[in-house]
Amino acid sequence: MSNAVPENTDAAVVMRDVDKWYDSYHALTSINLTVARGEKIVVCGPSGSGKSTLIRCINQLETIRSGTITVDGIELTAGGDNVDKIRREVGMVFQQFNLFPHMTVLENCMLAPIKVRGVSKAEAEQTARRYLERVRIPEQAEKYPAQLSGGQQQRVAIARALCMNPKIMLFDEPTSALDPEMVNEVLDTMIDLAREGMTMLVVTHEMGFARKVADRVIFMDKGEIVEIGEPESFFSNPQNERTKTFLGQIAH
Amino acid sequence: MFRSFGPNEVLYIVSAVQWTLLLSAIAFAGGAVGGMAIALARVSTTKPLRYAALAFIRVFQGTPLLMQLFLVYFGLSIMGVGINLWVAAAAALTLHASAYLGEIWRGCIEAVPSGQSEASYALGLKYRDRMRYVVLPQAAKISVAPTVGFLVQLIKATSLTSIIGFVELTRAGQIINNATFQPLTVFSLVAAVYFILCWPLSMWARHLEGRFAVATTR
Ligand SMILES: Nc1ncnc2c1ncn2[C@@H]1O[C@H](COP(=O)(O)OP(=O)(O)O)[C@@H](O)[C@H]1O
Ligand SMILES: [Mg+2]
Repeated sequence: MSNAVPENTDAAVVMRDVDKWYDSYHALTSINLTVARGEKIVVCGPSGSGKSTLIRCINQLETIRSGTITVDGIELTAGGDNVDKIRREVGMVFQQFNLFPHMTVLENCMLAPIKVRGVSKAEAEQTARRYLERVRIPEQAEKYPAQLSGGQQQRVAIARALCMNPKIMLFDEPTSALDPEMVNEVLDTMIDLAREGMTMLVVTHEMGFARKVADRVIFMDKGEIVEIGEPESFFSNPQNERTKTFLGQIAH
Repeated sequence: MFRSFGPNEVLYIVSAVQWTLLLSAIAFAGGAVGGMAIALARVSTTKPLRYAALAFIRVFQGTPLLMQLFLVYFGLSIMGVGINLWVAAAAALTLHASAYLGEIWRGCIEAVPSGQSEASYALGLKYRDRMRYVVLPQAAKISVAPTVGFLVQLIKATSLTSIIGFVELTRAGQIINNATFQPLTVFSLVAAVYFILCWPLSMWARHLEGRFAVATTR
């Protein structure tokens, strides 16, 4: 760009002309997205449209071919140790929870703070218990993940990520693997988190959640951001045909 | 005349089991270190490392153990190290065990779901901590049964060192047989001793496998 407008240093995430390929498959096509601090973004779209790929690029679980990604003012460069810096600031919650099955809930929450942040065991335990309290399962601290329900496991996964004190949280279909009766306990935890001002990018088809907490909703299709808007207008008055079709499909 | 086959001969054979056990233990310990290195190299993101480990495995799995023994044994003597049966037998079996344990453990590491590594990356864990605290403990659980199974194979494989003249259980049997010429009695006894060593281990491996199967079915 010719005009020397400084980078939006206030942004939590800036993606500029990002392209991602899996070998010969073009998974993301010129993605441009700026997420402000404290903003909550919901990403929806059909299966295979690149939603997971998009948020996984932010913490470099996937490497991009071209473009730039800046997270919390830190620009990602291929092979640089910025990746480590960024991962410390970005928490992630997966569809399949991915808790460590051989560790107790407490140990799951303490590992990264001790090994990555270098905090003492006592401090890590205190932090872990505080976050387990916040996701409303303090009494499960000594159990193993397999002894918990899906909803409880996902709340542990959220607590585990929060123990690293991240500035940004990524959620990849956090309720898709859950039995219906457990979806709300996880969504409620996420709503609490949103109210506390966390920057969140959430891939989900829970449109009730989107209406309640999203500042903007993104619709993706075939690796592109097709439409982006505030929930009110996005749901009641979608501009793009593909968005309309998609919203029609998930409405019932 | 031949010697008769008496208690002294039995004692000679049975006490040779210590050398079989010691050689097995050395090869297993060496193979554990080598196998861990091979397994980690096989799952490394560094291509040359992966291929080097693969070549090592291919060579040692694709040639008879006896040839490996010969090559190490004669190789050492040609290099002027002198013929030391212990060094030759232990070295050849260690290389053999490294290749097999490396391949077994690679499979176990890869059997740990990729989500475990992804969660570790997302939490910012470095390679060392990810392996040490997340991946390897889970791989170890899967590996116990096949590793004990391989140990049984290794104990039996030590019998090949009798051919280069290393005195262990089989060689002790040959020595007694040469003196007594009672091959059926002698080698039945030798086989029985191997069986007593290996059978409980095999049973244990099968028991562990069963337990693992129960643990992994949901
Ligand atoms: N590791 C991978 N290797 C090759 N193709 C992949 C890989 N991961 C995802 N894809 C492909 O990229 C596309 C987008 O995937 P993804 O981001 O997971 O979609 P979504 O989360 O929207 O369902 C899909 O067509 C998928 O098959
Ligand atoms: Mg997905």
